[in-house]
Amino acid sequence: MPEISLAPEDWQAIALTARLAAVTLLILFAIGIPLAWWLARTRSKLGSLVSALVAVPLVLPPTVLGFYLLVLLGPQGPVGRATEALGIGLLPFTFPGLVLASTIFSLPFVVQPLQATFAAIGDRMLEVAATLRAGPIDTFWHVVLPLSRPGLLSAAVLGFAHTLGEFGVVLMIGGNIPGRTQVLSIAIYNRVEAFEYAHAHLLAGGLLAFSFVALLALQILNRSGGGAPGMLRGGA
Amino acid sequence: MSGIEARFRLQLASFALDVSLDLPDKGVSVLFGPSGCGKTTVLRCAAGLSRADEGVMRIGDACWQDSETGRWLPTHRRPLGYVFQEPSLFPHLSVRGNLSFAGRRTSRGRQPDRKLLALLGIEPLMDRMPAALSGGERQRVAIARALSTAPQLLLMDEPLAALDAARKSEILPYLERLHRELSIPVLYVTHALDEVARLADHLVLMADGRVRMAGPVGEVMASLDSPLAVTDQASVVLDARVSGHDTAYGLTRLDANGLDLWTARVGCEVGRRLRLRIHARDVSLALFRPEGSSITNIVPAVVEAMAGDDDDMQCLVRLRTGSGTHLLARITRRSRDLLALETGMVIYAQIKAVVPIA
Repeated sequence: MPEISLAPEDWQAIALTARLAAVTLLILFAIGIPLAWWLARTRSKLGSLVSALVAVPLVLPPTVLGFYLLVLLGPQGPVGRATEALGIGLLPFTFPGLVLASTIFSLPFVVQPLQATFAAIGDRMLEVAATLRAGPIDTFWHVVLPLSRPGLLSAAVLGFAHTLGEFGVVLMIGGNIPGRTQVLSIAIYNRVEAFEYAHAHLLAGGLLAFSFVALLALQILNRSGGGAPGMLRGGA
Repeated sequence: MSGIEARFRLQLASFALDVSLDLPDKGVSVLFGPSGCGKTTVLRCAAGLSRADEGVMRIGDACWQDSETGRWLPTHRRPLGYVFQEPSLFPHLSVRGNLSFAGRRTSRGRQPDRKLLALLGIEPLMDRMPAALSGGERQRVAIARALSTAPQLLLMDEPLAALDAARKSEILPYLERLHRELSIPVLYVTHALDEVARLADHLVLMADGRVRMAGPVGEVMASLDSPLAVTDQASVVLDARVSGHDTAYGLTRLDANGLDLWTARVGCEVGRRLRLRIHARDVSLALFRPEGSSITNIVPAVVEAMAGDDDDMQCLVRLRTGSGTHLLARITRRSRDLLALETGMVIYAQIKAVVPIA
């Protein structure tokens, strides 16, 4: 059996996927942390609506989501027209388009564990902080976030891993352009299509191993960290 | 203007709170009443943790809130310390971290006050995490943390209620030390009368969201109209000074504001201030100075008032001694009639037990 090694285009797909997952995770945290905090604290009815909206990607076939995004962002779609008018150009089949789609698709995987962790902190700790002269933002940084460490870790691992493995949305909105939008899951698909099972194994096995190790590390970290309960919710 | 002004009106689903308090700006003011009477809500309103529909909170010249003018300081802008019923330490910070969290947000700075640490016995605990502390230790740290902000008012919400009897008696001496050493006013909520007797300078009796009676603890406890008078806990508290010891008989002589009393030997030096509690059930009355009585403490007094319905078995008598100190005596109605007690009569009070409590 000849030795199989990764081809340059495989490495390209891996690098692109890692970059996509990292950028997406940054954006997910920037949006997800304030959103989850608001959802955990709000008593307004709007909260339920937003919660449901955020959770939609959990139950929707990724191709459906990808299809609508394609329509919205395309040259005939309202968002597409707006981006063209602003000089940004069209987002489908570009890296920024992929980031946008992945962010929407992975949002519940970040928001839900964060929301559960934030809710578990309860009012008392916030009241204590206020009586010790800490304002709301101060309290968030120095009490809420440290106490939410397990939830933040869960959210990071789930958000990152979920973006890594995404296929349907990416296929619809990103297409299959090597070096630009061809991510790992699609590279695997291409190998299988071409009956290059050995290559597919290498990539798929690597992804499997990475996902497993990340989740294992999360479990171990959360167990040793103690404090708030470890939040690990599957989905989709 | 000095003193603390606290007025809150609040309509909740289950009850209405309507209190108006003028409290002294030093010493411990205790809010006392049954569970659910609204005393914790008063404390939360004072701290700005709950917002009254109508409310005024002023301490000295500073106004923290006034619904008339719309002034409202959020909790973190009010220079107060708050001790919750459960210690509520930050679990992610060591004892030192918890204390400096409070200190570094105020002018006091990161370094905890050594005197405070010594007062509450916290030095040996500094590098421990909250999970490794006992319930009593946690509450002591919580008190030190509240004081680390150098507050102008300390609010304490049943700080002993979550502790068992042994832990309570572990913490009470610390609270009494604070009581003696602290120069800021304390607002203390409890439903335990022994804490009132030990700690209160000023007493506010609450029931059903309203203030029933308020005043210096000696006056309120010696009042026949207070809700306490109808309980078997009826008693007076006196502040006394150790005036001597009788080592041969193991007794200590006390001067309670001119009243000369003996008690079982107390291990502290002459001149030391003590608080005494005398239960009404431990005071009996005689028309003439008893001769050959085994009771040591016999003081002449005037019957000032009596309470008790004509169908009660017992009645409560309020006495005033020559030095102006009040005592309560619980006697049977039959004794009252046999002695033909009337207000203004001079009688002799025999005090069976004088209990030093702090």
